[in-house]
Amino acid sequence: MNRDAVLAAVFPQERLLEENEPDFFSGTALAGEETVRFVGTANAVEVGVALALRIAAVVIDTMRRFPGRPLVLLLDTAGQRLRRHDELLGLNGYMAHMAKCLEVARTRGHPVISLVYGQAVSGGYLTTGMMADAAFALEDAEIKVMNLPAMARITKIPLERLEALALQSAVFSPGARNYYRMGHIEEMWSDDLAQRLHAAIAAVRARSPGDHRLARGLERGGRTRAHPVAKAVALGDERGITGCD
Amino acid sequence: MRKSFHEASARERLLGIVDAGTFREFLPPAARVSSPHLALLDQPVSFDDGVVVGAADLDGHPVLIAAQEGRFLGGAIGEVHGAKLLGLIERARVLQPAPAAVVFLFDSGGVRLHEANAGLLAVSELIRAVLRARIEGIRFIGLIGGSSGCFGGTGLLARCCDSLVMSEEGRLAMSGPEVIETVRGVEEFDSRDRALVWRVTGGKHRYLQGEIDRFVADDTGAFRAAAISLLDKPAGLTLESVTAEHTELRRRATRFADCVDAPEIWRRLGVPHAEQVALLGADDFVRMADACESTP
Repeated sequence: MNRDAVLAAVFPQERLLEENEPDFFSGTALAGEETVRFVGTANAVEVGVALALRIAAVVIDTMRRFPGRPLVLLLDTAGQRLRRHDELLGLNGYMAHMAKCLEVARTRGHPVISLVYGQAVSGGYLTTGMMADAAFALEDAEIKVMNLPAMARITKIPLERLEALALQSAVFSPGARNYYRMGHIEEMWSDDLAQRLHAAIAAVRARSPGDHRLARGLERGGRTRAHPVAKAVALGDERGITGCD
Repeated sequence: MRKSFHEASARERLLGIVDAGTFREFLPPAARVSSPHLALLDQPVSFDDGVVVGAADLDGHPVLIAAQEGRFLGGAIGEVHGAKLLGLIERARVLQPAPAAVVFLFDSGGVRLHEANAGLLAVSELIRAVLRARIEGIRFIGLIGGSSGCFGGTGLLARCCDSLVMSEEGRLAMSGPEVIETVRGVEEFDSRDRALVWRVTGGKHRYLQGEIDRFVADDTGAFRAAAISLLDKPAGLTLESVTAEHTELRRRATRFADCVDAPEIWRRLGVPHAEQVALLGADDFVRMADACESTP
């Protein structure tokens, strides 16, 4: 799905594009009876210094002018911008800035929802869509750190071996489904996007603002070790945990 | 006597930072908590999964502390490694009274590729947990001076802390120079040009541009003193603080929009002899830098 198609499907009622550029857009729309602010990336753009500032500006503006208004992130990004200039300026600080803005927004009562409609790759996704209260992905979306051939090259593990293991483990191979199994993606979406968004905002408002992904990964069986380990450390366990050899 | 922070192991660093005899480790190596995913790929495992976590005193103040081991898979974050850090942050939030700080000794290239999805997810949970705890009043101090630097997801996590301490040997960035070179070519970023790598990602540049709070020599005692000095610094995260940060980051992006190497930036900041920055010892460098405009 491209940007226009996803906007039409998610916001079939009223929507106003306030910024509309090839790789970046933002605006205001109706989700059910609720007005939301949306901000998005397109054409698998890399997130660099300039784009990070644009996204953060929308979040800050929403906090200042529209307290409590839901923020909806619509994402298609190939990851962080791989340029020396961006690193020279301190790109990680700009990326972290987006995360800070979104966390402050959440604390001030703005539900944060994200939807991956294209691809979402590591650095471009970490401090945007992965900061959401509820993260969703379209069925044909791809979420990944790296594709398997590149991973095989770097880890020096044969590709055939990785491909075979990818069938049973959600832990390393690309795919939004794997992120569902590990508890990050709340639901995969394929239809009724407008109703699903509306329901998601209501669900976020109704539940506690904590991060529910650890418990969900355990429930779904895609990430079973993280939960007991985190719990043991949180309790100050100086010996060792049962069920975690 | 000077003890190199860069050369030390994670455990040696950690013990050199905290008050002698006060460290208690959570899930120590004897508990054998290692990565099930590495084992599945027939890769060597570590009984602490590359990170030491626990509680200690720092100059008499109770802190929670973690140290990443850059010599184990580049200190990269996998499911268990990430969960240990996450549990430590959770502990900081529930402890009564709250610790004076959570101290991270970063030494990590980011997400561990062997368990890439779990690592990415862990980093996102860590970022959220740190920021939430900061809003609740917990202070985070990061120390960067290890052999594997502070890149990728770990570079993001570092910039989510209240304050950072770095040595010249420490490197802090988003993508590692090798990654940029592989994708964009050697003209974009020559990862073998050590001087270039240090100019773009090293502690001196990050201090001059105001990304970090303290610059220290490669000495564990100096890192300890800097961490202690940051226990009193105002902490927190609010709409006002992110708005101020936004203004500063936008100003920097505009002002240095045409710069392709660090010395151009340093000159504009008022550094008198940019070509000599690399030669300055820590004390002389800090004295010179503090006389310029952009340092904190």
